[in-house]
Amino acid sequence: MSTETIIWLIPLPPALAFFLIVLFTNRNKALSHTIAIGAALLSWLGSMIVFARALGVERLGERPFTSSINWLATGDTWFKIGVLVDPLTALTLFFVAWTVLMIFIYSVGYHNFGQPEGDHDHKGLPPHGATVEEHGSKHVVPSVEPMYSRFFAFIGLFAFGMFTLVVSDNLLTLFVGWEIMGLCSYLLIGFWYGKKSARDAAVKAFMTTRIGDVFMLLGIAYLYSVTGALSFREIFTETTLHTLQIIPSGVLGFSTAGLIGLLLFIGTVGKSAQFPLHVWLPDAMEGPTPVSAMIHAATMVSAGVYTVIRMFPLLSLDTQTMSVIAFIGAFTALFAATIALAQNDIKRVLAYSTISQLGFMIAALGIGAYIAAVFHLITHAFFKALLFLGSGSVIHGMEHGVFHTGKHEVDPQDMFNMGGLKNKMPITFWTFLIGGFALSGFPIVTAGFWSKDEILADAFAHNLPVFLTLAVAAFLTAFYTMRQITLTFLGEPRTEEARHAHETPWTMTIPLIILSVFAIGFGWIGIPEHFPLLGGLVPNWLHEFVGGTLAEHPEAVEFSWTPLLTSLVVALGGLGLGYLFYRNVNSPAEDKLQLGFLKNKYYVDEIYNAVFVKPAIWFADKVVYQIMDKGFIDGILHLFGPGTQGIGDGIRNYFDLPFINRFLGDGSANVTYFSGEKLRVIQTGRIQQYLMLALILFLAIGAILYFFVFSV
Amino acid sequence: MVPLSWYLIFSAALFSIGLFGVLSRRNLIAILLGIELMLNSVNVNLAAFWRYGDVTNITGQVFAVIVFAVAAAEVSVGLALVISVYRKRNTVIADEIDMLKF
Amino acid sequence: MTVDQIIFLVIAAGTLIAAFRVVTTGNLIHAAFWLIAALFGVAAIFAILHASFLAVVQVVVYIGAISMLFIFAVMLTRKDMRDQGPQLNRNWGFGAFLAALAFAGLVFLVHGWSGVAKTASAFPSDFDAVGALGNALVSPDAYVLPFEVASVLLVAALIGAVYVAYNRK
Repeated sequence: MSTETIIWLIPLPPALAFFLIVLFTNRNKALSHTIAIGAALLSWLGSMIVFARALGVERLGERPFTSSINWLATGDTWFKIGVLVDPLTALTLFFVAWTVLMIFIYSVGYHNFGQPEGDHDHKGLPPHGATVEEHGSKHVVPSVEPMYSRFFAFIGLFAFGMFTLVVSDNLLTLFVGWEIMGLCSYLLIGFWYGKKSARDAAVKAFMTTRIGDVFMLLGIAYLYSVTGALSFREIFTETTLHTLQIIPSGVLGFSTAGLIGLLLFIGTVGKSAQFPLHVWLPDAMEGPTPVSAMIHAATMVSAGVYTVIRMFPLLSLDTQTMSVIAFIGAFTALFAATIALAQNDIKRVLAYSTISQLGFMIAALGIGAYIAAVFHLITHAFFKALLFLGSGSVIHGMEHGVFHTGKHEVDPQDMFNMGGLKNKMPITFWTFLIGGFALSGFPIVTAGFWSKDEILADAFAHNLPVFLTLAVAAFLTAFYTMRQITLTFLGEPRTEEARHAHETPWTMTIPLIILSVFAIGFGWIGIPEHFPLLGGLVPNWLHEFVGGTLAEHPEAVEFSWTPLLTSLVVALGGLGLGYLFYRNVNSPAEDKLQLGFLKNKYYVDEIYNAVFVKPAIWFADKVVYQIMDKGFIDGILHLFGPGTQGIGDGIRNYFDLPFINRFLGDGSANVTYFSGEKLRVIQTGRIQQYLMLALILFLAIGAILYFFVFSV
Repeated sequence: MVPLSWYLIFSAALFSIGLFGVLSRRNLIAILLGIELMLNSVNVNLAAFWRYGDVTNITGQVFAVIVFAVAAAEVSVGLALVISVYRKRNTVIADEIDMLKF
Repeated sequence: MTVDQIIFLVIAAGTLIAAFRVVTTGNLIHAAFWLIAALFGVAAIFAILHASFLAVVQVVVYIGAISMLFIFAVMLTRKDMRDQGPQLNRNWGFGAFLAALAFAGLVFLVHGWSGVAKTASAFPSDFDAVGALGNALVSPDAYVLPFEVASVLLVAALIGAVYVAYNRK
């Protein structure tokens, strides 16, 4: 098969799996996950083949794999859709395929496949466990998810959306994939729709991202109206870009390119949960953990960053837009990192750290550090997926303990209920540690160090305020990561549940191990050339490869000791301080960082509630409902209702009843009855009388014919 | 020579007598006898018209022969019906076979 | 009045008297015998009309077969003959009126018809009426189809008669 054909085929298996599961195999759990994982495996295989072939092409950035077909007739020309694999796509495909496959496999274990049906599980609620009898004693074990097949159908569709987005060569199909993921994110966050919090979170996520999507669609429409093209390769030609740059948009001094870029960037702000549209992501933790990993680490939020990276040639035309991007990214990085300090829910910490890390990438892009952003996007996808899956594993182990003690009020996600899980769940601990160190940027060995170091180096070279902000954020990242690890795994178990936690099955640990390999190893492909000692040992392959995507190959920044030392200090310092601070903390009360404004996320939700939600509800209730709906629309209805009824009554009483019923209906029946009553007497049953009557009639007719007809 | 009208009036009389029998007799077999008389009057008519028309055209006699055949069929079926009714109802009086009424 | 006419009148009168007795006599056996007499009279009329085949068939089929059938039927239903009592139903007067009316109408029609006065031509001496009839009945150009249909009718009637009269006990 040609490479282009394979690229076309990559998104298809998960979509097919979605339809197969929804339509045919919904009742069969084993078949459903076999289909879904098989589909993910096929897509993975396709992606790997494409990636491998992409590596073999010299100067791929100038000669990418492309293929397109006519799709929509637009006047005399065709709107084409197609696929494009350049270095950026190839790398994205690589990490998306890996993480998707790992998450699919992990879901089998997470949803307790092979366990008995729950005692009183309901669809739309997490499983509550099942009682089994073993060796004469009863005990509670986790029960299988009631909507197991549905989950795999949804994540299949989700994977389809992501692959579509990645291989698209134009903004329109990219947007289609984008929206499919938005829908799936809604469905999956609200997967346990029996919980009010999950429902609310689903709606919140959908509404919040929708705000970004509307702006993005506006940007796409604007771009299409100016250039008449949405294909990346057509937009990123020198003449088109030049046109876009010189035409002013007339809004706040932005050039056309700047305004379009800004609109598209707002889409990313929604999708990648940047300030001020970041509020949905922490709430989205209501979904099952594989969903958290999938949406909030590997794929969907990455899609937002991927899109701005993809549009970088356009964005970089306007310095104003770039400043906005850099500011929002840096601010979000710091802002989210501070909130993460005070969170006690293991998944929420990761959610805020995701927001923060995405901020790093956006900030890197904003200062023009294209390669660093790509680098961090990839490494982050691996180690954040690893962390989320690890936290899911921890929660799973804790749930095991909860089932054991039977105290269902204990929150298995609260880190203060954990402690000492290192010995209970060694695989989870070590992989989580790798992920956490990667997130913190533990020097040299972890992938996160290299990518974050590169961002800091670029920031130091281009923009000092951003550098300082990111440095502080990086320090906080290391600090809260160590806090999390310390509270969760180190020390002594703080509850009975933690004491009875249990290592999770192989379907969950294998993906953890595979991902941790990437979380360490993936950084080595991007070691800067001039790095002390290590520089030059391994060629900076990433820089060459990704840099080829752009028309002008970006220059690697000069090596400088300041950012390197900074990143060493913040990483190690954060980790060390985190351990020292939380080594002996056993309850939220002893935690000095449980500050009100951090705990409450700077009251952003409350502000939104007061500024947007409450007025909207007030408007809906008072204006739309009371005045328009009840007063106006209902008033008209009340006018029409009795009027129509009056007409109906009139017709019934003065036309239908007397005329149709009595005269026509009853009348004809009465006439028939009466004549029948009178005529029945001639039916005597005596054949001779009939004959006589017949004869009389015959004679009469004969006489009439003879005298009146034939004689004339 | 006998005029044609005599034959016709004779057959009309025979027909009317048969008709009277059909209309007035109580006994089913007697009714059938009346029908026989009527059929015979028809045959007389056919023969007379043959004789007083073109003699070489034998159609009148052919019709008479077919009337014989039909009469034989009618009598056999009619009498079979009478016997069947007699078995079931134990009567041959036409007025008593009057179940098919209001 | 010629001899022919006198003979015709005598035969016709006898036939009509016999026919009248058929419909009026109380005893059904007698009625059947009167019918035989009336049929003989009709056979004689056929003979006068030179329809020799019809005359012979009248005697053989009607008198020989059909009348015997009547006599058998009368005997088979003998138990309920009701020879005593009224032989005519309550409406006999009206029936008689209708019969008279029919007769009057027929006579009226005959009276008003122009062809009624025509007389028969002499019977051609070399004409073989019976042979012509036989040829007509079996000739494909003439009446073989009605003849065959009549045969089928007879067969069907006989089978039907057997079926209807068969005693299923």
